[in-house]
Amino acid sequence: MTALGALIRRDIRIALRIGGGALIGVLFFLTVVVLMPFAVGPDLALLTRLGPAILWLGALLASLLTLERLFTSDHEDGSLDLIVMSRTPLELACAAKALAHWLAAGLPLVIATPVLGLLLNLDATATGAVALTLLAGTPALTFIGMIGAALAVTMHRGGLLLAVLVLPLSIPVLIFGVAASQAAIVGPLPFGAPFSILCALSLVSFVIGPFAAATSLRNGLD
Amino acid sequence: MSLIDLANPTRFLALTARLLPWLALATVVLLAAGLYLSALAPDDYQQGATVKIMFIHVPNAWLSMFVWGVMSIASLGTLVWRHPLADVAAKSAAPIGASFTFLALLTGSLWGRPMWGTYWEWDARLTSVLILFLMYLGLMALWRAVEDPTRAARAAAVLTLVGAINLPIIKFSVDWWNTLHQPASVMRMGGPALDKSFLIPLLVMAIGFSFLFVTLHVAAMRNEILRRRVRSLQMLQARAYATSAPAGDASGQVVGAA
Repeated sequence: MTALGALIRRDIRIALRIGGGALIGVLFFLTVVVLMPFAVGPDLALLTRLGPAILWLGALLASLLTLERLFTSDHEDGSLDLIVMSRTPLELACAAKALAHWLAAGLPLVIATPVLGLLLNLDATATGAVALTLLAGTPALTFIGMIGAALAVTMHRGGLLLAVLVLPLSIPVLIFGVAASQAAIVGPLPFGAPFSILCALSLVSFVIGPFAAATSLRNGLD
Repeated sequence: MSLIDLANPTRFLALTARLLPWLALATVVLLAAGLYLSALAPDDYQQGATVKIMFIHVPNAWLSMFVWGVMSIASLGTLVWRHPLADVAAKSAAPIGASFTFLALLTGSLWGRPMWGTYWEWDARLTSVLILFLMYLGLMALWRAVEDPTRAARAAAVLTLVGAINLPIIKFSVDWWNTLHQPASVMRMGGPALDKSFLIPLLVMAIGFSFLFVTLHVAAMRNEILRRRVRSLQMLQARAYATSAPAGDASGQVVGAA
């Protein structure tokens, strides 16, 4: 347990320091949201309607951008080999790394959502709904993306491949995230149903992600 | 004759060399019979002659999912039993599956134009098949991204199995998403509700296309085995060249043996 705690603390520390790139994700998130009005026009009513979708897309792309660093930096300096060889089960180590990545790169996206909601003319209810769905959904994006990050770790240009592999798998998360936000804002469906499924998707990804990632890492590094 | 006997690539090659002409013949006969029966099938009272696209479209759609199933079983063979031919089977199935998926999308699109008035509709079934197609392409990209075949096989096996778990989730989520955005009006051909005059040609075509898949798959597996042999021979040759030729030898150019 102490080993996993140390791993989480180390990963967060590295991610938040210079060159870690965790906060680049938030910057990218901001950029995507700022670009949208240029693309669809400065119509506030339209932006309100598209708001949840824009925020979810931005968060999805931002988390994809930071995922590439999940294993590559450890692979470059050799610490990934040590993690694989240590007595801690690799599945747990992968889960710990994903948790650290979410705390450093996923949670800031959720925290940034209220500010970005202002830019898209979302009211307090809508902003709260989007932030809540992102809080429930971004862990799933991280844990599903971890599979792609583990597959891409031993390849050149792995990051390009990561996007192609991970995006189809994250479509359900996007669907239910946006659906739950829309349900909270306009109805007609209750917020609870899609939100429960979103939480369920996160829980499923907690199970599948670490095992698939650990398998890919073992195969990629031997 | 069991799966373990087929684990020897040489025996596999010998067996399939005898089998392949018969498979090809069965495919041709079945598809010819199926096309003939399809041509004889009556026109639909609503759709007219366009209903005949179904006889091509539905088998392709079935096979698009069936091939992912075949790859999933092969992936288990790679990861669990370390069967030497499992990754060959998985690798050679991916492009064939992608082709079936593409044909299903294409024929469906051509059928949709006269029936629904549009080539593309964000209908639940169409959307989930499109995502399946993207996943096939991603899988093929992964196969091509890693140079060492065995390592590529394990990576692809993980992705195939994750995809197998995810495909029902995607299907279900897209279905659900579509209840939010009701499409204009989508007619559905219920399988059991199909009249005999359509059902029999459809089944013959489906069996014919399945044989087509088996034929192409076996042929592709043979090619893949031979490709790997060529690759290992090239590596042996390069190694022999690198160890035998003294450094600075001017007799030939350097062979990339790194």
